[in-house]
Amino acid sequence: MSILIDKETKVLVQGITGHDGSFHTASMLKYGTRIVGGVTPGKKGQKIHNVPVFNTVKEAISETGANCTIIFVPARFSTNAIREAADAGLPLIVCITEGIPVIEMVENYIYVKERGANLIGPNCPGIISSGKCKVGIMPGRIHKKGTIGVISRSGTLTYEIVYNLTLQGLGQSTCIGIGGDPIVGTGFVDLLEMFERDNQTEGVVLIGEIGGEEEEEAAEYIQKNMKKPVVAFISGRTAPAGKRMGHAGAIISGGKGTAEAKIKAFKEALVPVVDKPDEIPRLLNSMLEK
Amino acid sequence: MKLYEFQGKLLFEKYSIPVNKGIVVDNPDAALEASKQLGNNVVIKAQVLVGGRGKAGGIKIARSPENARKYAQEILSMKIKSIPVKKILVSQAADISNEYYIGLTIDRSLKKIVLIASPAGGVDIEELAVENPEKIYTLPINPLSGIDGKKVSAFLSPVFNKQNLLDQAVQTVVNMFKLFIENDLSLVEINPYARTISDKLIALDSKIIIDDNGLFKHPDIGALKNPEEYSPDELKAREYGLSFVNMEGTIGCIVNGAGLAMATMDIIKLFGGSPANFLDVGGSSSPEKVIHAFEIITNNKNVKAILINIFGGLTRCDDIAIGILKAREVLSVKIPLVIRLIGTNEEEGRRILKEAGLTAFEDLASAVKEVVK
Repeated sequence: MSILIDKETKVLVQGITGHDGSFHTASMLKYGTRIVGGVTPGKKGQKIHNVPVFNTVKEAISETGANCTIIFVPARFSTNAIREAADAGLPLIVCITEGIPVIEMVENYIYVKERGANLIGPNCPGIISSGKCKVGIMPGRIHKKGTIGVISRSGTLTYEIVYNLTLQGLGQSTCIGIGGDPIVGTGFVDLLEMFERDNQTEGVVLIGEIGGEEEEEAAEYIQKNMKKPVVAFISGRTAPAGKRMGHAGAIISGGKGTAEAKIKAFKEALVPVVDKPDEIPRLLNSMLEK
Repeated sequence: MKLYEFQGKLLFEKYSIPVNKGIVVDNPDAALEASKQLGNNVVIKAQVLVGGRGKAGGIKIARSPENARKYAQEILSMKIKSIPVKKILVSQAADISNEYYIGLTIDRSLKKIVLIASPAGGVDIEELAVENPEKIYTLPINPLSGIDGKKVSAFLSPVFNKQNLLDQAVQTVVNMFKLFIENDLSLVEINPYARTISDKLIALDSKIIIDDNGLFKHPDIGALKNPEEYSPDELKAREYGLSFVNMEGTIGCIVNGAGLAMATMDIIKLFGGSPANFLDVGGSSSPEKVIHAFEIITNNKNVKAILINIFGGLTRCDDIAIGILKAREVLSVKIPLVIRLIGTNEEEGRRILKEAGLTAFEDLASAVKEVVK
């Protein structure tokens, strides 16, 4: 298997007629993703890369049987897009958009959870199950089918790490970017649990960064609940306190969210933390051999 | 974006949160006039966005208008944490019998808004959290269900032990919650929230941070800009759409993506160098952004070498290569450049660089080793 998405996943693209939506629809189709429809209000009847466009998510689902959506709409419309998808009963919502106000995300988090959906993002690169399905914006060619699960708060740093894994012969089951905002949907712990249960996945790489305490919670979860080996990498060791490092969520505030605290939490949970991305494959290999 | 105390207090007044009367001025004579208007004792407070102004001497009590002018003069010629004081708030001094703390913020772990209250106000809440955690009360609030006055009253009753005080505090919290939601705040604090000797509760200070992602909904607040929060280079970078933070080292960094940019800085340190900045050129690629990035970095005279680390996804390596060559030409860059280029259109990017006599590394560690040499 793999987690969240596979060859059978039927994907909608919300905001398919926009610049990014259209561009990435082409790229996902090329990777082999089953994109069954697009949604842009008022654009029903159009086709983008031969994909039919609908006015609403509900309509698109009843016409296509979609069970997943990827959202590219601008930040000011994203809350409506996320809620429309949740109301229509989609179990998996991936939101790529950056810049959604944090209070709206607090509300969206609760809203989506109450309707039983998994939300990935926002401000994230999406999900890829190597060789099967890509619901995201990552470059497909650096990914290779295999047994390593990857969870990350960042985009290009994940590419860096996946590239190193692939180069050293370690393919991936599923890679998920959970997003760089202070409030995101599905977090590290939920995904670790899915990887622990997934029979394709043999080991996991967790890529964290400064800000919040989700890495600490993940460390505790791994120690208590996981048999599969996990290797962690934390970025932002040199980041000064009180400054937002690009991602809205990457900020050390009130003495919380430092890289030291996160590294310490992983070490105490006996999860090795590497200093450089290129050290991950060898370490993971040696842990898998045991 | 942070607001100054006086800006925050204006918002408080708009939302019927009682404050002590004050007038903002930028010169000693105006302070004298303000003091006459407000009468008797006034407090002169430096308006800066950094904490610790009291300890730095940026808050003084004046007992006469002449006194107010003198202190205003002193404070207006001060620097607090290297930031020159340009404005002061002259406000009525209050006779205080007790100082509380109330605030609202977003709890990232709980994924809720959280109300924080303490009977031990007047000190930094972070210090209090370390020294007297039992004196801090917190109540998570689901913004979808809104705020419930009865729940707030039950929650605040151990903090405000008289019915009259409790009623005032509940009303303030309800108003503060409205302010928080309607203005996309990520933090609002009243500290001290003071009880006067006549049992009135008033906000003696304000601390407000507005979520940058929400600013587009509040153009009036966005227009305030409050530039002092950022260095001139950081402000310039924002105009160009770059994420940039000044650091104290000597190696300039141009990276795509925030996570990779942080990791690049960390690895520079690991190999014995020190980063001069954090810079994320963002996901979309345009040669102009690279030129702007060079402009800001070469403006820093401490920079001895520049590391460009690009992992192309959305960003195209050929666009970056063109940007590097143009920047070299336009800005006549003399310091060494070390380039790491990989991902989308990397062959084309390398070819462009090669024709200009530049080479690019494929792996990050080798590039970092080279730049720290």
